[in-house]
Amino acid sequence: MWSQTIRRLSTSALTRVRHPKLRRSTHYATLTDKDVSFFERLLSSGRTITNPDECLPFNIDYIKSCQGQSQLVLRPKTVDEVQAILRYCNEHQLAVCPQSGNTGLSGGSVPVFDEIILSLRLLNSIGNFDENSGVLTTDAGCVLEKLDTHVRQYGHIMPIDLGAKGSCLIGGNVATNAGGLRVVRFGSLRSAVLGLEVVLPDGSLLDCLTSIRKDNTGIDLKQPFIGSEGILGIVTRVALACPSLMSGVGLGFFACSSFEQILSTMRLARKICGETLSAIEFLDESTYNLSLKYLQRTNKPIESNKFYILIETMSSTDEQAKATLEKLATTALEKEFVTDGTLAQDLTQYKDIWAIRERVSDALVADGYVFKYDFSLPTSRMYKLVEETEERMKQFSNVGNVTGFGHLGDQNLHLNVTVKDGYSDDIKQALEPWLYEWVAKEHGSVSAEHGLGLHKSKYLELNKGKHSLELMKQMKHMFDPKCILNPYKVLPYKID
Amino acid sequence: MAIRILVGVKRAIDYAVKVQVKTDKSGVVTEGVKHSMNPFDEIAVEEAIRLKEKKVAQEVIALSCGPAQCQETLRTALALGADRAIHVEVTGKDYEMLQPLAISKLIAAVAKKENVDLVLLGKLAIDDDSNQTGQMVAGLLSWPQAVFASKVDIKDKTAEVMREIDGGSETLRVKLPAVITSDLRLNQPRFANLPSIQKAKKKPMAKMSPKDLGVDIKPHQEYLSYEEPPKRQGGGRVANVDELISKLKEKGLI
Repeated sequence: MWSQTIRRLSTSALTRVRHPKLRRSTHYATLTDKDVSFFERLLSSGRTITNPDECLPFNIDYIKSCQGQSQLVLRPKTVDEVQAILRYCNEHQLAVCPQSGNTGLSGGSVPVFDEIILSLRLLNSIGNFDENSGVLTTDAGCVLEKLDTHVRQYGHIMPIDLGAKGSCLIGGNVATNAGGLRVVRFGSLRSAVLGLEVVLPDGSLLDCLTSIRKDNTGIDLKQPFIGSEGILGIVTRVALACPSLMSGVGLGFFACSSFEQILSTMRLARKICGETLSAIEFLDESTYNLSLKYLQRTNKPIESNKFYILIETMSSTDEQAKATLEKLATTALEKEFVTDGTLAQDLTQYKDIWAIRERVSDALVADGYVFKYDFSLPTSRMYKLVEETEERMKQFSNVGNVTGFGHLGDQNLHLNVTVKDGYSDDIKQALEPWLYEWVAKEHGSVSAEHGLGLHKSKYLELNKGKHSLELMKQMKHMFDPKCILNPYKVLPYKID
Repeated sequence: MAIRILVGVKRAIDYAVKVQVKTDKSGVVTEGVKHSMNPFDEIAVEEAIRLKEKKVAQEVIALSCGPAQCQETLRTALALGADRAIHVEVTGKDYEMLQPLAISKLIAAVAKKENVDLVLLGKLAIDDDSNQTGQMVAGLLSWPQAVFASKVDIKDKTAEVMREIDGGSETLRVKLPAVITSDLRLNQPRFANLPSIQKAKKKPMAKMSPKDLGVDIKPHQEYLSYEEPPKRQGGGRVANVDELISKLKEKGLI
């Protein structure tokens, strides 16, 4: 039964097969039995995995776009163990792939070749919550949803919320500066991180774990690690500022006949809902239909149309949250911005309607191989890209769906193309670098929130320019002179 | 002749909320907790609206008994398609002690007053799980009853109702006026759409008191205490089949 599971899991080609130009650097040592023995002695009772079948799930990413060939998975329980592992790997020039929840969407969380996987999952004690400051200090391996449940007891919530909340770990969220659904209300994760404890590639500990809000003393060393995707150091503990829980929530789901109407509704929502606005998301017709199909919903919440917009409000009372939303609904209907809509009448409807947006990633994976793109674009140009992509894909008979959806309030488009019979090199060539060049011309971002990982590192220069790239490489060299941490990713890889 | 339907809706703690027992065991915490329409009542309202859409019914009246917040629940019923609402106001201690028999008397009184052909209710409310109101309303009115309905067909003042029972299902034929209570599989309630939500604000909502209906809502039962169910004991792990067998023997299970 376990081998059946394994066979189902490996629907991905090996990364090194799919990217033949990528070569394993000779700079790194190969794992020996001596190395394995060291780790087995360091980590007691089954926290070193060498069995290939058991290593496999750690080698494949969430959207099945990458598969590495690591032969060793290490699962430390304490910061000391993480330090000892990195100290050894640094000394012996062994490459390490740090792994958090493995829910990343850019191929950054799994090995490319045989890098040792260092899983943070067992560093999971929740730690301390200070009720007066609203600050949570916690281990990097805690599941986001568990942390949210924990701080809710004290009348607070986590500063981010994403579809992967049941599986992602906070360390990975920090390492990727995760965005999510509530950036429009709470800002990016970066603004909520007050302190970090990081293990550097040489095994030394950088303690920036202050849990105070204001600390203007010298150069803020924790900043580079946020969003560094595991190339500068491994985050082991986090201090986060958690916003207050707002018990009043309202959710409206509306249908529009054009993208212009969606934008009008969004601007109206900003005006009418004002300070109660907490999320603005949009979906196009194909995303909506795919999502409903995956969720097996026979009961459509509203009349079908070309575009859908989801508006959430949060306030200290239900009346407040619902009042602004109702006013928005009435006005939007009067001005004919929307053709239909519904307001969630109870918690179950609230969850059901949110699921239509939150489960899109799963719905896409169920539709075939997914080419996933995450761009920041001027809002008025966002959908033009989807339309042009659709045109471009018409020549391929095996394209399933071209879908556009995303965080409308943050100018963040998620563009996905599903392919019916698995990965296709032809389709990849037709999409890249065309999409990235289109976005660069609009001065957008080639990766709004998903990070660069493996898939997008080659477009970094297109987005940031030569000089910035040089400085980034210098910083990488400063923190990780032996280049053992998460190689081949984020910064464009050149064969030395 | 199209019939007139009275649908009862109850404002109960939302299905998705984790209920907490008060520390003094006198009840459950309701202050600041999300409430919404009892899910079985949503199904009853949906069925009434579908009968109206099929032109079997000409009017659907929504009824709720309780404090001012019940009006929100009634507005939801109106937004789903009911034509008008009746709020029987019961507040404070009276509401805390309001029990199924008193509610049945109120519903029966309204049903008679409005001269309806059908009373549709949820089979039970998810807060007290009583499953008594529908049956008692039928008893008080001396009307036939078909409870736990999973399918309802009405023609010529007769209802054919498929009911869910332990052994499977049974089909009854009852003459209207009658009482029918909804079970889970009767239908899937719709989402209230915007135009209906707007229209609902203008639909009539009448307010009355138990006294207006000549009903004595005095409670006949006293609730002594509320307690949480015993916490689930953790399981244990065994290393192999032999240990499993010895553990089972230890517990006297084999």
